[in-house]
Parts: sequence; structure tokens; C-alpha cells
Amino acid sequence: MDIVESLGTDSPTSLPRSNGELVFKEPWESRAFGIAAALVELGVFEWSDFQASLIAAISDYEKTHDSIKEPYNYYERWFAALESLVIGKSLVSKQELDSLTTDFCKRPHGHDHDHDHGHSH
Amino acid sequence: MTDHPHPDDYPSPQLRVEALEALLVERELVKTEMLDGFISRYVNDVGPMNGAKVVAKAWVDPEFRKRLLENGVEACKELGFGGPQGEHIVVVENTPEQHNVVVCTLCSCYPWPLLGLPPDWYKDPAYRARIVREPRKLLGEMGLDLPEKTKIRVWDSSAENRYFILPSRPENTDGLSEEELALLVSRDAMVGVAVVKA
Repeated sequence: MDIVESLGTDSPTSLPRSNGELVFKEPWESRAFGIAAALVELGVFEWSDFQASLIAAISDYEKTHDSIKEPYNYYERWFAALESLVIGKSLVSKQELDSLTTDFCKRPHGHDHDHDHGHSH
Repeated sequence: MTDHPHPDDYPSPQLRVEALEALLVERELVKTEMLDGFISRYVNDVGPMNGAKVVAKAWVDPEFRKRLLENGVEACKELGFGGPQGEHIVVVENTPEQHNVVVCTLCSCYPWPLLGLPPDWYKDPAYRARIVREPRKLLGEMGLDLPEKTKIRVWDSSAENRYFILPSRPENTDGLSEEELALLVSRDAMVGVAVVKA
């Protein structure tokens, strides 16, 4: 992260991998991005479907929050859109997703995935 | 941005995303390597330098510039830039009379093949609201003071039209090659919140 930052956001089109800024703050954001991109590439749904779902997910948030004062997490909305689309298309069911998520929550720390262990902040 | 620790019983996005990926992989709908490929492509390979090449070419090649303004999608394909979210690229040109700036008020439509993934500020609700309401003031706050006589036009991107700005070529750059010109072009100039300076 320091390397990316030290190479500078000021130099025009500096680091392609940073696009001037870090694109993904946490690993799950990049996975959520990759899943949606892959499903579109494979023709499971169209970009326009995904876009419509994303607009709806953002609009859901804005019904109950002032998004200027309490900005949403963009990829959290992205994932909400993705989830609603894959469930809507019966690729997976909400029950399956809930249940596997719960199983993952019960995994002991130190499990083989290198996901964020930090509740330190 | 609020970022608080999740209570232990709360399914954090990380785990739910992992669970969805696992289910899709198990069903052979996606492959893990494919996701890795996409992520690496957009994080490492696709970025504003693609758009910068398009701009530089348009500056030195009037025929290309014409094709670019007429049909952004096809012209970008000539340089090998296409793919997801590149199907609807519309190029608009800055002139001394009119400065153009891009927003997506609904979500964050963006010409990925040319600029990579959008920066945080582009996705920020404050940018999305204010650039429409008070573009001159916001651009000023972002460091771009335009002459009063220059009109500002705000282009609202959508799934159908992803706007890309062709900035004005700076003066005193006659001696520069296409490659050297490309190095001058910043992402912000191609979104319209900056101009290119030599």
C-alpha cells in the first residue's frame, strides 16, 4: 500500500494498478467485483441487468439514509446488487447463502484463508 | 466512510462474498482463476493510460479524432480497448467555448476500458449531486478554475452512454511525440475535472 502511495497520485496516469488511488480497500470488494464481471462475461446476465440492480440497491439505501451525510460503501451496495441478481435468477438461493455464510462465521481463527482477521481498529 | 468492526455474529461482507463465490464455483458457474484474472486485469492492466493513448492519438491524427467523435466504441477498438462497459463509449470534445465534465448521477457508470475502475470521489454522492447543481464552484474546489466565458456542460453517464472527455491539447506541445503527449494526459482530465497542462 505504501508503495502504491509513494509512487504518487500526482503524476498523470501514474500507476495503472492504482488508477491514482487504491481501487479496492478490502479483498472482498475485489471478489465481489470479479464475480459480477465474470458472470457478465459468461453471459449469465447483461451489464444492463447488473446496472439496474445496482441503481436499485443504491436507491434502497437512499430511502433510509442521507447519503451525503452517511455515504454508503460502494462495494457493499455492489454486492447487494449482485446478491439480489443471483438469487433472482435462482443461481443460488438466499437460504444456501445464509447458511454457508453462517458456517464460515463459525470457522476458527487461523483457518487457511488469509482473510481479514483484524478487529483491531 | 463509516467502518466499524462487525460483531462476531454479524455476517461481514467478506464472509458472505466468500460464501457466494464458493457456491458459484461449486456449481461451476464461475472459476476462481477467472475471477482472479478479471481482478488482476482491471487492477493491473486497465487504467487511465489506455484513455491517455486514445487522447494522444486524437491530437496527432485528425482522421482518428473524427472517427473517435463519431463512434467512440469503434475508434477505441482500433487501439484494442473494448470489453465490459466499453460498449457505449461516447467521446465529447473540450473547446475554448465549452468545457465538459462527466458524472453518473444514478450509480457510477464509467468507461472502464479507457480509465480503469472509477476513483472514490467519482462514486461519492457529494460529487454526484454537486457537479450537477454547481459545477463551476465544485470544479474550482477541485482545482480547476475555468474562465467565465467558458460554458460548462455536465454529461450524465448511464448504462447506454459512458462519456469520455477529449481534453484540449495544451499549447507549446508541437514538438512532442504521441507517446510523450500521452504521458501528459491525466485521468481527471478525461473525466473533465482537470485540464491537460504541458
